[in-house]
Amino acid sequence: MKNKLSFFAFPYVVWMALFVVAPILMVVVYAFSSADGGFTFENFTRMGTYAVVFGRSFKLATIATVICVAIGYPVSYMMAKEGLRFQRVAMVLIMLPMWMNFLLRTYSWMTLLENNGLLNQLFQKIGIIALYNSIFGTNLQFFRMINTQGAVVLGMVYNYLPFMILPIYSVIVKLDHSLLEAARDLGANSFHVFQRVILPLSLPGVLSGITMVFVPSVSTFAISTMLGGGTELLLGDLIERQFLGGAYNPQLGAAISLVMMIIVVICMVVMNRFGEGEEQAVML
Amino acid sequence: MALVFLFLYAPIFVLIVFSFNAGTSSSVWKGFSLEWYGKLLSNRLIIQSLSTTLLVSFLATVIATIAGTFAAIGFFAMRRRVREPLMTVNNIPMMNADIVTGVSMCLFFVAFFNGWGAFASWFNTLGLFQLPTRLTMGFGTLLIAHVTFNIPYVILSVGPKLRQMDKNLVDAAQDLGCTWMQAFWKVIIPEIKPGIVSGALTAFTMSIDDFIISYFTAGSSASTLAMTIYGMTKKRVSPQINAISTLLFVTVLTLLAIVNIREARQEKAALRRRT
Repeated sequence: MKNKLSFFAFPYVVWMALFVVAPILMVVVYAFSSADGGFTFENFTRMGTYAVVFGRSFKLATIATVICVAIGYPVSYMMAKEGLRFQRVAMVLIMLPMWMNFLLRTYSWMTLLENNGLLNQLFQKIGIIALYNSIFGTNLQFFRMINTQGAVVLGMVYNYLPFMILPIYSVIVKLDHSLLEAARDLGANSFHVFQRVILPLSLPGVLSGITMVFVPSVSTFAISTMLGGGTELLLGDLIERQFLGGAYNPQLGAAISLVMMIIVVICMVVMNRFGEGEEQAVML
Repeated sequence: MALVFLFLYAPIFVLIVFSFNAGTSSSVWKGFSLEWYGKLLSNRLIIQSLSTTLLVSFLATVIATIAGTFAAIGFFAMRRRVREPLMTVNNIPMMNADIVTGVSMCLFFVAFFNGWGAFASWFNTLGLFQLPTRLTMGFGTLLIAHVTFNIPYVILSVGPKLRQMDKNLVDAAQDLGCTWMQAFWKVIIPEIKPGIVSGALTAFTMSIDDFIISYFTAGSSASTLAMTIYGMTKKRVSPQINAISTLLFVTVLTLLAIVNIREARQEKAALRRRT
């Protein structure tokens, strides 16, 4: 019975070989070939000219990830302490925006952040702009928010925050309460309980959250195009331009994609060392 | 906590409110109107891409659910040493950045089409029958890409159900005279059905929601809704997008409400059966 059943996987194994493994091999081959097909390392040396883009991508993705941890951890922690009913509702509320396409979610910020957008109108009404002008001696009519790096980071945080909250929450909520009680019985105060017991035990959730925020942030191109106005190029934009944009150069694009794959592999290795990573990802 | 919810929902709320705005601006309120909904419904590009999206998501879900279920059963029956590396490959599309998956498939399709062109023109000289020499990316490649990134989700939701299944059930069925085909249809499939259903739902939402992989594999002839929306945001801000967002948000909300109510009912029924 068992041996017979294993043949059921055969079509999918062929499918994977064709559409998962072969394309990735193509990326590797392209990354090491020149335009006329010869072997070369040139694509990687040429990446040096884009060091600024690499730096910017890592900087913005890191900032967004840090902000997500800073917001996501306390929120998950507070959520896990509430009653079951509250947890359920809060969970649905956090998941709900994720059901809307991220382009639409990003678009909503496009209109809010505009120079004469609602946020600037609000700032004007409550006098924040006037206050800023009087403190810094400037003469601003509005804050320039759209087409800045800050806007891109905001877009990343807004889109990927749920990816941080969910894994952390699911780890904290499963914590063994007898451990917390034991720590308290042994004389730890709340701070120590948190620092010595809860924090180390919730680390796998934080790590998988970090991966799930960092990887899409560092590889995004739509968010940076929409909120960064095309001036704040990120790695994703760079890749996109090599394939579909004006700067057609699939070899270079493949090389950058290969670097991105290596980043993902590194993230996975780090996560697997702490175990449980896979299960967290599955949950979403 | 409340601030987080405000942060998550305020932009969506603003988006919805301004979909009913009479003016073109998304920041100045000019009175109530349904103008943008009318424009939306007469926008052929949007209607067309919506039907492409629904069609590709539906087909991809059906194919991925069937293929994924069989694959999961196959994986389950394999020895650990064979299964583990296959599962690693299976996880690649889920863990990889979407853009890398999209780009790799784009490269693969282009290379395959080049090879195909050479093969077809050689084949046509044989004079048996004519093959098209120029293939381009379009609906077919889009569908292949969607199936490829959907199957892993189906496998991941069917796999655990197989592991939870009582292995004696299959043996018992066969002892009682079932052929293994019958045992498969009458025992295994009903046992893992919840996994299949949730896998199909995940696959469908993934398909509907996908932008990046579609963007790289659809070519210029097919366009999904997300791709059309992206094209619209590139040109300029348009209240039609607000109208789409509102409609989608309401759809999602309704679907979620239905699913939740059904779940609650089932739970209640289960409770009643137990007591």
